[in-house]
Amino acid sequence: MSIDPYALTVNGREHEISEGWPGESLLWVLRERLGLPGSKNACEEGECGSCSVRLDGEIVCSCLVLAASAVGQEITTVEGIAPDGTLSDVQQAFVDAGAVQCGFCTPGLVMAIDVLLDSDTDPDDLTVREAISGNLCRCTGYGRVIEAVNLAAAFRRGETDL
Amino acid sequence: MTIATSLEDACCALASHPDALVLAGGTDLMVAVNRGDLPVHHVVAIGRVPELRGWRREGDHVRLGAALTYTDLLQPDLAVLQPALAQAARSVGSPQIRNTGTLGGNVATGSPAGDTIPVLAALDAVLELRSASGTREMRLDEFVTGVKRTALEGGELIEAIRVPVLDGPQEFCKVGTRNAMVISVVSLALVVDRSGRTVRVGLGSVAASPLRATEAEAYIGGHLDWDGGRPPSAEVVDRFTELVVGATSPIDDHRGSARYRRHAVGVLAGRALARAVGAA
Repeated sequence: MSIDPYALTVNGREHEISEGWPGESLLWVLRERLGLPGSKNACEEGECGSCSVRLDGEIVCSCLVLAASAVGQEITTVEGIAPDGTLSDVQQAFVDAGAVQCGFCTPGLVMAIDVLLDSDTDPDDLTVREAISGNLCRCTGYGRVIEAVNLAAAFRRGETDL
Repeated sequence: MTIATSLEDACCALASHPDALVLAGGTDLMVAVNRGDLPVHHVVAIGRVPELRGWRREGDHVRLGAALTYTDLLQPDLAVLQPALAQAARSVGSPQIRNTGTLGGNVATGSPAGDTIPVLAALDAVLELRSASGTREMRLDEFVTGVKRTALEGGELIEAIRVPVLDGPQEFCKVGTRNAMVISVVSLALVVDRSGRTVRVGLGSVAASPLRATEAEAYIGGHLDWDGGRPPSAEVVDRFTELVVGATSPIDDHRGSARYRRHAVGVLAGRALARAVGAA
């Protein structure tokens, strides 16, 4: 049984979703219907954070958002944080700090850090750790991830180039 | 699918689809949907209903809209009135989960491990339930009838939760395997009511439904130096923790053994009491 078509606003563009199934998560719709595979699918229960997106600016797990309930909300995925072919400051900082290993957790971490730095460009260590506490990295690469946060934060404070 | 934009809207949609799933934050509900454990036909989304998103002080109580998120409960002007609730909200999941999960959802899920449950139990929270045919009130312990079982009827939603503003320290403690993203193995809320000269203790993950340590409460209330403020003696603390442990009926499960839970809840009781009233 499919549900009535509905529209989602993703990365500033409106997309019509037709023939959706009523229980589809936002993550599933992003990946399978809209061709946006940046948000990763791992646990589907909010534990790993690899599906993190911004919903009206706030960081959420897209696997726990019912897609059809997000009508009228501003959805930003990792594909939408920098123009095609370019990297955002946080993404560039990840490259510079070597904060990427297998890369599966990276999009979620980038989104969580983007949200953090929007409200605080000089976060202390505890604040950084708290902001990424919902994003699991199984390559145990947190040290360099935190270095990347500090690098991007310094960039946003105007203290360094990336 | 109904995305309710007002309380009336939500109640009307639920009246026409009494078997609809009520979706607030989705942090519990969507886990079940993703697993395929919960068939989805009609959904009424209430997370954006303005009447459910606010809170206000009403005399000596605070009335909390059911769709307040855990992040909302951390706002300083609310946290100062309900410190244990804020501490519990702070211990939930991760920023992602706290931004979406709601107070009403925590109650409606009815899990023994719900982080706000022991706080609401200690505060004698009253739930305001609403449907198209009217409203009714219910105490938390009447509402949660068993593990993930509640008295919520088809077509009904939780509109608000009322808790008293108490004069006295409050503590929430939780044991889990790490700090973030953890379902409690044991949790405990201790609130002191100086004007009523009572101490109230709510316990989580140690019984099928919300639990108060009433004997422990009566004992410690009678042994605190309410006028002088001297901390209780080690003997009094020991007896208090013993009575808290005695109130529980934990089970063995994948998160912990009953024996460990009994031990841990005693540790939490002593710790919360020391933080609240000091230790000799």
